[in-house]
Amino acid sequence: MAEQHAHAAEHDDHDHKPHGWRRWVYATNHKDIGTMYLIFACTMFFIGGAMAMVIRLELFKPGMQFVDPQFFNSMTTMHALMMIFGAVMPAWTGLANWMIPLQVGAPDMALPRLNNFSFWILPFAFTLLLSSLFVPGGAPAGGWTMYPPLVLQNGASFPMLIFSIHLMGASSILGAINVVVTIMNLRAPGMTLLRMPLFVWTWLITAYLLIAVMPVLAGAVTMLLTDHFFGTTFFTAAGGGDPVMFQHIFWFFGHPEVYILILPAFGIVSEIIPTFSRKPLFGYEAMVYATASIAFLSFIVWAHHMFTVGMPLAAQLFFMLSTMLIAIPTGVKVFNWTTTMFRGSLTFEPPMLFAIAFLFLFSIGGFSGLMLAIVPADYQYQDTYFVVAHFHYVLVPGAIFGIMAGVYYWLPKWVGNMYDQTLAKWHFWLSTIFVNVLFFPQHFLGLAGMPRRIPDYAVQFTDWNMVSSIGGFGFGLAQLLFPYLIWKCVKSGERVVGNKAWEGAHGLEWELPSPAPYHSWGTPPSETMIARGAAH
Amino acid sequence: MTDFKRANLSMTWKLLAIALGAFGFGFALVPLYNVLCSVTGYGDQTKLLQRVKAIEHPDPSRTVTIEFLADVASSGGWDFRPVVRTIEVHPGQIYSAEFIAHNLTGHASTAQAVPNIAPSMVAAYFHKTECFCFSPQHFALNEERKMPVRFIVDPALPKHVDRITLAYTFYDESSRVSSAR
Amino acid sequence: MIRAKMAQFAKLAAALVLSFAGSLPAHAESGWGLLNMTQGVTEISRKIYDLHMEIFWICVIIAVIVFGAMIWSIVTYRKSKGAVADVTLVHNTKVELIWTTIPVVILVFMAVPAARTLVEIEDTTKTDLSIKVTGFQWGWQYDYLDSGVAYFSRLDRKSDAARELMSGIDPTTVDHYLLSVDKPLVVPVGMKVRLLITGADVIHSWWVPAFGVKKDAIPGFVNEAWFKVDTDKPGLYRGQCAELCGRDHGFMPIVVDVRSKADFEAWLKDKAAEQKQAAAPPAAAPDVATAAAAG
Repeated sequence: MAEQHAHAAEHDDHDHKPHGWRRWVYATNHKDIGTMYLIFACTMFFIGGAMAMVIRLELFKPGMQFVDPQFFNSMTTMHALMMIFGAVMPAWTGLANWMIPLQVGAPDMALPRLNNFSFWILPFAFTLLLSSLFVPGGAPAGGWTMYPPLVLQNGASFPMLIFSIHLMGASSILGAINVVVTIMNLRAPGMTLLRMPLFVWTWLITAYLLIAVMPVLAGAVTMLLTDHFFGTTFFTAAGGGDPVMFQHIFWFFGHPEVYILILPAFGIVSEIIPTFSRKPLFGYEAMVYATASIAFLSFIVWAHHMFTVGMPLAAQLFFMLSTMLIAIPTGVKVFNWTTTMFRGSLTFEPPMLFAIAFLFLFSIGGFSGLMLAIVPADYQYQDTYFVVAHFHYVLVPGAIFGIMAGVYYWLPKWVGNMYDQTLAKWHFWLSTIFVNVLFFPQHFLGLAGMPRRIPDYAVQFTDWNMVSSIGGFGFGLAQLLFPYLIWKCVKSGERVVGNKAWEGAHGLEWELPSPAPYHSWGTPPSETMIARGAAH
Repeated sequence: MTDFKRANLSMTWKLLAIALGAFGFGFALVPLYNVLCSVTGYGDQTKLLQRVKAIEHPDPSRTVTIEFLADVASSGGWDFRPVVRTIEVHPGQIYSAEFIAHNLTGHASTAQAVPNIAPSMVAAYFHKTECFCFSPQHFALNEERKMPVRFIVDPALPKHVDRITLAYTFYDESSRVSSAR
Repeated sequence: MIRAKMAQFAKLAAALVLSFAGSLPAHAESGWGLLNMTQGVTEISRKIYDLHMEIFWICVIIAVIVFGAMIWSIVTYRKSKGAVADVTLVHNTKVELIWTTIPVVILVFMAVPAARTLVEIEDTTKTDLSIKVTGFQWGWQYDYLDSGVAYFSRLDRKSDAARELMSGIDPTTVDHYLLSVDKPLVVPVGMKVRLLITGADVIHSWWVPAFGVKKDAIPGFVNEAWFKVDTDKPGLYRGQCAELCGRDHGFMPIVVDVRSKADFEAWLKDKAAEQKQAAAPPAAAPDVATAAAAG
């Protein structure tokens, strides 16, 4: 105990930071940059969410009531780009910035100026992308997957789309390099790889995935660019190219990308469940190996996104079997989380509630994923609302709930105040109920034959679309509680007493005072702290 | 100059060298592909003819239907069709077929036919020894002409295949990028 | 009031349960009852449906076990009920091996029938009739290769008028809103129909759920697919384009009119004669761009 207080006192003295706008524009402090990432992600979440509301509004009943079909297509395209590249990925990078140095006992991220650069690329990238809404021809409308030849029909927004993707890719790669270097070089003495918290582990693997696949995306969109402007024919049959080749390249990026979105959530859930079960994580090493095998498998399953393009039989069988294999490490993870709760001493604070919802609802997304792997059945599911339901189940109650669980878990550590837990529970229950009202009926719609990405539908799909839209509006409104809650916590939350905000919490971040000092771990944590944190 | 600065400088040079090397590699791909093709015989007409000689053993006991399809890319302006829609062939024997193209674009134009075989796994057993699709075809205004293709089906064609579709898509020079709508 | 609501709720719940048991008719007309994949009218579509249900039930069983374990743990080991954490339970090689092996076995059980069905689907030999299908922005062109009959198929006029932004036409008053076309594809029952699918401009995807066929129409490439409708199931079957293809992607349905062999032969003969009479330039290479612009 004494050593922590000494630590805190030592830090309070040299807490100088630049004031005003300089603190943010010239930011090199991992906490400041992490905060900016999180605020940015939240902003994009609401912009992308507003687009989703437009989609659900138009789909509330058959007939075109509000928007032109082209604008509808822009909404689906932009919603996906905003949510994936603007909300989820920056949110993870923000959490990584905040938590990785605290969790491995490092004073800051290894490359602070690079960190500043990788953040400040993002506002420019998304300003560019969003401004395409106002150019002639409208925003990109060819789907976030950007399949040629359709994407080449976009007007002035096409080069804006490509360039903003380049910028997002650059930002992600730089962020990922920073995470890898920090974890590899700045761990406190005694913090061995197999003592690292799982959030750090999953992020390390995510960072490698990012470095491996973001250049692939950049290459793919560059080829689109040269096809459009410089007379190449990579993806046009006229010059010996092949539009399907784009899909192969895109999904070689795209499948690891979906694990980039979800692996850090696995890490967060693996931190939260033990805390509120007051019991160490079951099968820590199995969790690490499962994460690594999922990452490896993610490179050899890409073509399951495109079973209907007419691949040879052998290729379809290969991609079906490799995809099914992913169920095994994912199953191991779910079983381990369940066993962690088994014979625990459970309480249900907001982070735990979100983690438990993650467990159930992500599993549902996993089951539909398994169904989608079966090629003959996939012929019926492909490009229907069944797929929409599937990936929203893994991304909303999966990735987004993971982020919210993480924020509710660490917010007291960041600001030193406890948030209004009753309100947070309201946020949880409303989100969980509405997310199911929103996405569960979409399974029915897809199975009954409603294709995705259509602005209007046959009348027999009306009933479940109405339910889904009501769920959508409810979910959207419930999310307004989230920023309000955070704002209220920062302004007037109750002070957290002691280092630990949660009784069962373990890990180096809980060895620091709350709020975490501006410069933490100037001297590395002691061996006892590390041993106490890595309680497995 | 401190050691630190020297290390940074050398790192900068190394990174620059890698970037330049990667850029140069893009251009080096042209000769590299030539080497690849000469080693593997890919796209080499004389090697293909040798292989065709080797498999030229007609197997009259087996008949396969060859179906011809002709498509014009979305820009239109051409009449393009096979002279006959289907023929019956014996594997191991060379056949020829003709396609007719008529330039209705209102000006002299060059077009390129892009071939495609269905089912795709059969492509490895279907060899074109001569084809109008090997090079761009120039057409004068309103010119109509027949264009030949000569081909042989490898007798090693898997037993269950009873029908092969040879499809051509006709692209004229204006249709490389479909226009925005 | 409450009673009526309760009854409605019970009906809904019953529909849910029933349809998942696969016992609701495949073509239920009410929207609430549309919960599951159609069994379709071909042998392949039924096999796909069976596969779908098999995997669905396996998932349900796994879900009951896993969710059951989670719920049981959540209910039993609450701190508020005085549960004390067993901090020694961190690792158990035997259990971990078991729950890695069992899924492998289950996956094999899923993969074998799936692979078998896939091999059947991919067998495009011994077909009786070949039709070229070309997707364009926004409609389909059908080309009967053996008889030279060819025509375009687009969204019918009534749906097209009703789908305009704020058209003021109630879609429910339109017969098969967005799922009817001017000229359907006509095929016979009991014959193995081979489709050669390609695209004219961008990628489309030809999908008729009742046949279990969905195949992308890719410009410059030809994909093959086939179906064989049961002899006792003539009728109209509807589908839609399943690959985003631009502004009117949602408005290029597919309707297949399945007739008896005799009816089909008669139709084909009439159609061929009609096209000859029109004496238009042969349909082998219709100008798709102008056609699309006109539509």
